[in-house]
Amino acid sequence: MAQLKVRIQRGDGMAEYGVAARENQTVLDVVTEIQREQQPDLAYRFACRVGMCGSCAMEVNGVARWTCRTHVRKVAEDGTLTLRPLANLPVIRDLATDMTPFFDKWARARGQFQPKDAPNGAVPAEFAVVPPSSPKRQEADAGIECIGCGVCYASCDVVSWNPDYLGPAAMNRAWTLVNDVRDGGRRERLDAVAGDAGCHSCHSTQGCTERCPKNLDPSSAIAGLKRSIFWGVLAR
Amino acid sequence: MRDRRHPAYWGFVLHRVSGIGLALFLPLHFWALGHAIQGEAALEGFLRFTDNWAFKAGEWGLVTLLALHLAGGLRVLALEFLGWRARQKDLVALSAGFALGAGLMFLLHAG
Amino acid sequence: MRGQVHLWAAQRVSAVFLAVAVFVHLATIMLAVRGGLSAAEIVARLRGAEGWLAFYAVFALAAGIHGAIGMRNIAGEWLGWRGRGFDALWLGIGLLTAGFGIRAAWGLYHA
Ligand code: HEM
Ligand code: SF4
Ligand code: SF4
Ligand code: FES
Repeated sequence: MAQLKVRIQRGDGMAEYGVAARENQTVLDVVTEIQREQQPDLAYRFACRVGMCGSCAMEVNGVARWTCRTHVRKVAEDGTLTLRPLANLPVIRDLATDMTPFFDKWARARGQFQPKDAPNGAVPAEFAVVPPSSPKRQEADAGIECIGCGVCYASCDVVSWNPDYLGPAAMNRAWTLVNDVRDGGRRERLDAVAGDAGCHSCHSTQGCTERCPKNLDPSSAIAGLKRSIFWGVLAR
Repeated sequence: MRDRRHPAYWGFVLHRVSGIGLALFLPLHFWALGHAIQGEAALEGFLRFTDNWAFKAGEWGLVTLLALHLAGGLRVLALEFLGWRARQKDLVALSAGFALGAGLMFLLHAG
Repeated sequence: MRGQVHLWAAQRVSAVFLAVAVFVHLATIMLAVRGGLSAAEIVARLRGAEGWLAFYAVFALAAGIHGAIGMRNIAGEWLGWRGRGFDALWLGIGLLTAGFGIRAAWGLYHA
């Protein structure tokens, strides 16, 4: 049976493994096989194995991907896979990264819903009616399916050039809330995403949009933030 | 390694490199035109001095740089202010085509 | 933060103006370059023409500011030059470049 060469970043070096190449195997299958058969202390992360949780993201031959949804035969180059932990994040060990900075930035971008009717957190008496066909609802729906996998964040140059940069996922989240008519935190949120650490440093390179496994478009969401701030400042 | 394999990324790089080129050239351009302060003769002297193939090639490069940067800049502005989404890829291609066209046009006129 | 947003806005507003101005500029050059540049032609077009003087003055201002803000962003990202001090420095460079260009336009107006 043909062999697959797998290079995995461990600490400062690269370890090399050989695994049987099969007709149908995902990159996650390969990592699991290596851990079970050859390297029991190999650290990596996964949960659902079907593209629901977003925890299995790694750099596969230089591109951030969900390994459970990536078929080896589609990405192997000359029968070789090179696996590294997700870029732009601190490494805990081997292929497992520390996602703390990523989620801290969601909080900084005011990614939490602030109900307009109930600032104190009380449950509103009535359900809000938001017609699915209304433009704002559609804009919010376009970005709502994000599962926080960090693939876009690892694919963004601006994050690596400026560690304070909020990044595509946090701002995509902010944009869905800016378009949520039930939300009351618009003004503070737009202030939170303004400036060099926020939307104004995005260069529309669309690495995030190109790579998001959910086919979301954070790049356009960020453009929406820039637009809202630009016209908002004029209106103030 | 960040991910740099898609057209929009190349578009960004071209736009940035041409922007740097233009920003470095601008003071030179103004210095050259500044010869006019000393009268028409000084400017004419300068123009004769630059009337050779090396400067012609430089000029051609500049106009191409400008066209490239203009096209890339319009792409960014369309994404930011008009909220264009779907036809992004075509946009990059269109920009490149436009830049090439402008460069060639200048070449034809200069020849 | 406010300042950073204003820099961004200034760059985009100047970009929109530059896009129009560059079209005008390139079109006139392409007409002028036919048969070679001559100082007499340039001066004949610009001497005493308030309209052209105003156009080139605003053009120079927009280009100076726009280019300097662009270089500020690149220097921040690639060289780590960040902060108010650097912002002021770049703004100064932009205005100086613009002043240089306005001086040239003034020279042609009076040539
Ligand atoms: C022809 C009309 C022009 C248009 C429409 C235009 C548009 C733009 C836009 C939208 C940006 C922001 C790009 C981003 O942040 O991703 C930009 C950046 C820049 N522009 Fe222009 N520009 C024009 C002319 C010029 C000129 C004449 C210069 C030279 C002085 C110049 C120098 C720069 C520089 C250095 C940058 C920074 C590039 C970067 O951050 O990647 N531009 N331009
Ligand atoms: S926007 Fe897409 S790539 Fe980014 S975290 Fe959300 S699901 Fe993952
Ligand atoms: S479009 Fe903006 S957020 Fe997305 S990868 Fe590029 S710079 Fe980063
Ligand atoms: S393991 Fe859940 S998305 Fe891959």
